[in-house]
Amino acid sequence: MHDLSVAELAHALRSREFTSTELTRHCLQRIRSLDSQYNSFITVDEAGALAAAASADARLAAGEQGPLLGIPLAHKDIFCTTGLRTSCGSKMLDNFVPPYDATVTRLLRDAGTVLLGKTNMDEFAMGSSSETSFYGNTRNPWDTARVPGGSSGGSAAAVAARLVPLATGTDTGGSIRQPAAFCGITGLKPTYGRVSRLGMVAYASSLDQGGPMARSAEDCALLLNAIAGLDPLDSTSSAHPVEDYTAQLRQPLTGLRIGLPREYFGEGLDTATGDRIHAALALLEQQGATLVDITLPHTGLSIPTYYIIAPAEASTNLSRYDGVRYGYRCEAPRDLHDLYTRSRQEGFGDEVKRRILVGTFALSAGYYDAYYRKAQQVRRLIRQDFLDAFASVDIIAGPTTPGPAFGLGTKTSDPLAMYLEDVYTLAVNLAGLPAMSVPAGLAAGLPVGLQLIGPHFDEARLLNVAHQLQQVSDWHRQTPGEASE
Amino acid sequence: MVVNRMTVHRDDIEKLAELARLRIAPEAVAEVTDRIATILGLVDQLQSVDTGAVEPMANPLDAVQRLRSDAVTEENRREAFQAIAPAVENGLYLVPKVID
Amino acid sequence: MNWEVVIGLEVHLQLATESKIFSGAATRFGAEPNTQACAVDLAMPGMLPVLNEQAVRYAVMFGLGIGAEIGLRSVFDRKNYFYPDLPKGYQISQFQEPIVGRGHFDIQLEDGSVRRIGITRAHLEEDAGKSLHEDFHNQTGIDLNRAGTPLLEIVSEPDLRSAEEAVAYLKTLHSLVTSLGISDGNMAEGSMRCDINLSLRPAGSEALGTRAEIKNVNSFRFVEKAIHHEIERQADILEAGGQVVQETRLYDAERDETRSMRSKEVANDYRYFPEPDLLPVVIEQSWVDSIRASLPELPAAKRERFIADYGLSAYDASVLAAERPLADFYEAVVKDCGDAKIAANWVQVELLGQLNRSDLALSQSPVDAQALAALLQRILDGSISGKIGKQVFEAMWAGEGDADSIIEARGLRQVSDSGALEAMVSEVIRANPEQVAQYLAADENRRKKLSGFFVGQIMKLSKGQANPQMVNDLLNQQLANAGGHGNT
Repeated sequence: MHDLSVAELAHALRSREFTSTELTRHCLQRIRSLDSQYNSFITVDEAGALAAAASADARLAAGEQGPLLGIPLAHKDIFCTTGLRTSCGSKMLDNFVPPYDATVTRLLRDAGTVLLGKTNMDEFAMGSSSETSFYGNTRNPWDTARVPGGSSGGSAAAVAARLVPLATGTDTGGSIRQPAAFCGITGLKPTYGRVSRLGMVAYASSLDQGGPMARSAEDCALLLNAIAGLDPLDSTSSAHPVEDYTAQLRQPLTGLRIGLPREYFGEGLDTATGDRIHAALALLEQQGATLVDITLPHTGLSIPTYYIIAPAEASTNLSRYDGVRYGYRCEAPRDLHDLYTRSRQEGFGDEVKRRILVGTFALSAGYYDAYYRKAQQVRRLIRQDFLDAFASVDIIAGPTTPGPAFGLGTKTSDPLAMYLEDVYTLAVNLAGLPAMSVPAGLAAGLPVGLQLIGPHFDEARLLNVAHQLQQVSDWHRQTPGEASE
Repeated sequence: MVVNRMTVHRDDIEKLAELARLRIAPEAVAEVTDRIATILGLVDQLQSVDTGAVEPMANPLDAVQRLRSDAVTEENRREAFQAIAPAVENGLYLVPKVID
Repeated sequence: MNWEVVIGLEVHLQLATESKIFSGAATRFGAEPNTQACAVDLAMPGMLPVLNEQAVRYAVMFGLGIGAEIGLRSVFDRKNYFYPDLPKGYQISQFQEPIVGRGHFDIQLEDGSVRRIGITRAHLEEDAGKSLHEDFHNQTGIDLNRAGTPLLEIVSEPDLRSAEEAVAYLKTLHSLVTSLGISDGNMAEGSMRCDINLSLRPAGSEALGTRAEIKNVNSFRFVEKAIHHEIERQADILEAGGQVVQETRLYDAERDETRSMRSKEVANDYRYFPEPDLLPVVIEQSWVDSIRASLPELPAAKRERFIADYGLSAYDASVLAAERPLADFYEAVVKDCGDAKIAANWVQVELLGQLNRSDLALSQSPVDAQALAALLQRILDGSISGKIGKQVFEAMWAGEGDADSIIEARGLRQVSDSGALEAMVSEVIRANPEQVAQYLAADENRRKKLSGFFVGQIMKLSKGQANPQMVNDLLNQQLANAGGHGNT
């Protein structure tokens, strides 16, 4: 049951091979017996899941046919869920049970999905390893001594370990794509504004974007269909028309021009990882695509640009956590100042505090022009690189990460080394583009992710290319040993 | 990648911490200062880029604001909101006495 | 030393929208605490702002009303600081690209002179909640109903030179925004709040002195008092050879003094940057034009029209045109009674006087425009005299009915029957032979005075109901006759 794709599960549910309740019980059973190895969930909602499954079964019995009706899924613990704790991986929100749903949560609830629980993540999505979580780190199902990537590491690990067929993630600088690559699953970061941010706890407002994490491109397309679209309550959500993202999956790749940015294949790329990427590209070439060398000259600047803009926005997005209306409040505050500083000092972890300080610095008087404004200018140059490239290619491809999953604890003491892990993913967020990570086989037993980047709102094309690759390869079906029991 | 250490002092960090309402334990100030200096050194690379007349980009789509019609759409949900509040009385959120 | 006072005002004006500037919560004043604070207003995690179109329209209306350039592109910024009444830890405001640019309007002083005051800018922002300092076990209670109410912050140039000018500025501004209908202007409910920037410089000097800012002064009277106090305070410092400290001060109405506030806090660094949850606000010139076309008549234009069309004095016109409800009332009276001058006189003297004495707003007046006009018609058609009219007005005020029924019930109709009047005139002349003799002996000038005595006697005899014009004519006639007899 847990090896079936979402389309197969939906078919089985409709043809009464098994019920959503049986499927849900099976998934919950796997989480109970296996997740102690991965720590991919922060909260498992057995009662809620079974109630949702029962209601989905009733709808199925009534002949309803939604593509996600009765399908179990997990939300990254950054999406607000009515009545179910939404911690964002932080002590600050350990006691936070929202009285409202995120738009993504609501849409998926309405689609009849069955929410199993909330997945682990870097605190407030700040991290690339899921090690900054207040609930302990998540481990990579392919090698539990390694990180699953982050910040959506819990969702990636849960999908990779076949605990759940579908999960949501968010991507501010690579937080869907990098863990998808490290865990050997398929993840899509949509165009900025494609998926509503309402009720998604904010890290960096101009970069954050929610998206699907699943085993295949087709499953991602099914999830994206349910969550994409204009939300009148999110000013930054786009009115660009939504398509059926499954419609183009079967198009042949003949004539597709794929740009390979020279900057993504240079120094710093692990050789074995590079080999896997080239092998995947060769498969696409065999299907009729043309590979074109391109350049994205400002790629290197995406790291400093991101590490100004993201912390700057985060530093003020996180000001609302003050111990007054919800969330953590320190014991017996002496005065107002003590209430603020102690609640925040005790409620936030080190990486969050570090980024708040950096962001506060970048916005402070006398530094704003040199840092924040400058970064916004460079951001435009970075986007222009892509726009120029898309004049001559349809999509861009390269590695998602410089190397495979690294060992737990190997980079926590050196934030800079951790930041450099994001070199291939950050520019996409700065430019607001859609991008995917697709499994490209194993290097030394660890998954490698192929990154596909498209023009704004061309998610359908990315899903098409990924799906076609998955028709001629079985990398996305490879499973980590321990999870396949 | 060459990363320079930027000069940033303990009292700069303490001032930032105060602005952000964070308290850094005295014994941790040196380490935090050091780490922040390293990060600032990384972002300092931007200073060498010639951005001339480039318009700063706040939004990747260069979209413009939609306007909402002026209608009351929210009901009173005080009970639900205050059920998750740390300290309330008579419908008010409580904080230690504010002195102007 | 002779000091010149330099004042600039920042007015925070609550806009009269139904819902908040960034959320769908209501803005009604006086609701139970936190019952009008929705998830957006409470800064719940993941909540996002969406801009209220009406707030933008109101800001544009204001800009057009002061002849300002409208920012076709304006940008919201975050102003970062921690305070319990500011749930997000930042206020969404406009910093570098406001919606309303430079403009101006004229103020009229009591001596009739007119001064043009520059407006630097006006921008949209959200109001904060309220801290209630009643005793909650030594804690402060926070009510966030007000959080997110749309504000227009209107910043003047430092063009004002006295408390009188500052008050005139505020009254003119009040009149402008209420005429536009963009704010209720209710100062007691905090719809219009004022920060005063004040400095002194030696008379004739060009350079500005160091200023102090006095926060949140909430009535015209307090503005006047706070300014007087602050002038005195700064003059004392400067004359003693000291220096004014640039700081924020609070006007304490109870003690009638200003005092330094937030002095303990470190210098604020608001870290303004463009609000990433909102996009640049881009409005079309055609939209601005359509707003301009539907703008109500503004007080200044109305005043000119009242002078030109109704022949009012500049003073009467400015009183009657200042506030739209009063101007509308006045024009309704004119329309029904057909005489602009008598209407102006009665609205200003009798109506406003009664409202003042009864401490009522115009909207609460027991006499409406139609009823007043009906009364004035009776004066105009000679049915009653102006003096009797005042009696009738008082009775109307007391709820005794309309003018005609009161005149009827009290038998106040003016006596215009010449036979009856002739008899009264004869009676008075007969009863006062001494005065008649004096009159006949007097010259033209003195005669005029003496005739007043007879008129008074006749009016008394008629219980005030004699038609004064007819009395005059008949009296002159009979006295002339009496003189004729005497001469023969």
